[in-house]
Amino acid sequence: MDKQEQVKQMTTIIADFVGHMAKVLPDDVQAKIKELAADEKNPLAKTIYETMKTNMKLAKELSRPSCQDTGVLQYWVKCGANYPLLGELEGILREATAIATQQTPLRHNVVETFDEYNTGKNIGTHAPYVMWDIVPDRDDVEIFPYMAGGGCSLPGSGKTLMPGEGYEGVAKFVLDLMTSYGLNACPPLLVGVGVATSIDTAALFSKKALMRPIGSHNPNEKAAYMEELLEDGINKLHLGPQGMGGDKSVMGVNIENGARHPSVISVAVNVGCWNHRRGHLIFDKDGHVQVLSHSGVNY
Amino acid sequence: MEKKILTTPISAADLEDIKAGDIIYLTGHITTCRDVAHRRLVEYGRELPVDVRDGAILHAGPIVRTIDADANKYEMVSVGPTTSMRMEKFEYEFVKQTGARLIVGKGGMGPETEKACQEFKALHLVFPAGNAVLAATEVEEIEDANWKELGMPETLWTCRVKEFGPLIVSIDTYGNNWFEQKKVEYNKTKEEVLTEINKHVSFIK
Ligand code: SF4
Repeated sequence: MDKQEQVKQMTTIIADFVGHMAKVLPDDVQAKIKELAADEKNPLAKTIYETMKTNMKLAKELSRPSCQDTGVLQYWVKCGANYPLLGELEGILREATAIATQQTPLRHNVVETFDEYNTGKNIGTHAPYVMWDIVPDRDDVEIFPYMAGGGCSLPGSGKTLMPGEGYEGVAKFVLDLMTSYGLNACPPLLVGVGVATSIDTAALFSKKALMRPIGSHNPNEKAAYMEELLEDGINKLHLGPQGMGGDKSVMGVNIENGARHPSVISVAVNVGCWNHRRGHLIFDKDGHVQVLSHSGVNY
Repeated sequence: MEKKILTTPISAADLEDIKAGDIIYLTGHITTCRDVAHRRLVEYGRELPVDVRDGAILHAGPIVRTIDADANKYEMVSVGPTTSMRMEKFEYEFVKQTGARLIVGKGGMGPETEKACQEFKALHLVFPAGNAVLAATEVEEIEDANWKELGMPETLWTCRVKEFGPLIVSIDTYGNNWFEQKKVEYNKTKEEVLTEINKHVSFIK
């Protein structure tokens, strides 16, 4: 296949997949919602979970976006340094987003800042947002498309703490967010926590944390332990679905981390709502694609 | 448990036994009303083009498919509640002037709405957000569309609904506020939880 052909094919696949993502939640999210629904004893919370299950079913059957807010598209790209379409990739993602917007259709959510008008295409200055990691010695590319809704973007925040505040300060920052803005972000949430040096590094990790499957763990033992402590702790608040009360609170807590300056420790939080529309695709150098997030989807 | 269904028009007496935290369903009519509709009525003194007295409003900006614009024929594709708190500063005046009985949206509302619910006998209810397809299928027909010049999200869409819900009562006619009560509980438990977590995270030695 020549390069042009490969670009075209990849664009079509991503556009189609993004549309699918709007309608069908990834396997891990579906499984978690069903698990929480099955375990729930509180009648109010149970009713809400049943509503979610019905909505997931209807969205698929009727082929409509499961939530009316289909977000702003973001893509985290882990690109092999030897991947042949590295230079074309941003263009492909932009084009695929515009196509998906038309053919799904997705809600028009991209508003230019300062000029303050809706572009009507879900593309704009720097949008869709692409977060790049270049991976040496690989010739394939991993793509995580994500639909960042308004409600679930709103709690996003971060703070650079003094080391004296320690990880106790990190825990407090996360929990305070759960009982304030988190309540309105359509819980049960997947909570992404970034711990690093300056605020931008922590913020980026907090978003990457949301791309990890529910139930996966940070490879660092202590960080994994903190994930568990936070998850159990937040669950003990009994926030329930929609923050209206229930046995549990969250789908999970994922922490991603990096080293820090000795004088600071930065924490940032991004949350995914119960309609956590995140995908995971791998394209090899010849354009063959594997869908890891949604079973039964093949191209 | 039997489904509690309210049918428009709704009287003050119909709401007497309903408490914050209860679940109800709505049959009859509900009209979408959000930011601009509230602003026009309260700030600019314009009359609402739809009579919602003893009826219901929905804080939402839906996706609607036009079947025949001249004949006023539309189909509800996707409708989900938007954050009610944005309407908080208008809601007392809004309920006072329009006589709406049910305000449906997302998340809690504040003291102005509590006051309105208590004084004029109304409820604030939550439709679980993110369930836009289900909500759309509970709309039998869009019967009317007003202030269309505001664009799709802000248009006042009057929908005939059947057992629309679940609707969870967030503020009742006694002024009880479910979210505010819950927040007190959450914040109390939070302190205990943090004390426990802090015993295990002294990684900086
Ligand atoms: S927070 Fe998520 S589920 Fe809730 S309205 Fe926004 S996109 Fe939809």
